[in-house]
Amino acid sequence: MAEARQPEQRKGLTAIDAAMALIVVLLLVQIWLLTTTLETFLAGYKETALPAAIVSGLIFAACIGLYLFIERIDVERRQR
Amino acid sequence: MSPFRRPSAEPLWRDEFSVFSDDERYVSRRQFAKFLVLASLGMFVGNLWILVRSWFTRQPVYPTIIIARADEIPVGGVKVFAYPRPNDQCILVRTATAEYVAYSQKCTHLSCAVFYSAQHGRLECPCHNGAFSVHDGSVLQGPPPRALPRVVLERRGDQLLAVGMHIQAEGQRG
Repeated sequence: MAEARQPEQRKGLTAIDAAMALIVVLLLVQIWLLTTTLETFLAGYKETALPAAIVSGLIFAACIGLYLFIERIDVERRQR
Repeated sequence: MSPFRRPSAEPLWRDEFSVFSDDERYVSRRQFAKFLVLASLGMFVGNLWILVRSWFTRQPVYPTIIIARADEIPVGGVKVFAYPRPNDQCILVRTATAEYVAYSQKCTHLSCAVFYSAQHGRLECPCHNGAFSVHDGSVLQGPPPRALPRVVLERRGDQLLAVGMHIQAEGQRG
């Protein structure tokens, strides 16, 4: 019984790891976005601030979505 | 003895040795993902802060002020003055008989005061060996990401006046 459960759990773990890797990639993009926006703002350009904030917000929303996905998978796999 | 506590139906206090140091340091995937999402929130807040700053930062007003007499500085000489506010140090350089340039003295890297190196014919930052062109303020070497803000000069008779500032966004290397 426990052996039959293992592939399912492994699949769940792979999905969780993939989601976490995606969060890390999104976070790196967000860090780059923040440094670039700050750099252009200090250089006197203000036009980039709004689109950068919108994109950063979308990335944050995507991160929350991925986190909820991780939670759901985790709970599902634990319940089985 | 394992530093992790094995799953057990027994309460923790009944264990012979009830402290599991590795358990306290253990970070689960879910916890780690939570940290990452919090970091993402931090980045978003940072971007929002820049947005708010860009909305509420007013365009600076540049007064017209006399900064020096034209014959006051020899060729290759410099004069430090404050513009546009009393705490904004700028440096005026006489590069040729009838050629004057002025820049903000704050290095665009970490705000150290730049000085004119007559030997190299450029503005240099002593903190991290950054160098700027004396002709246009562009970055020649080192870590500064942007060119030096240039003070717009005007000559009226014998007097040199600062009338504005030109912030050069390009960090192009010379």
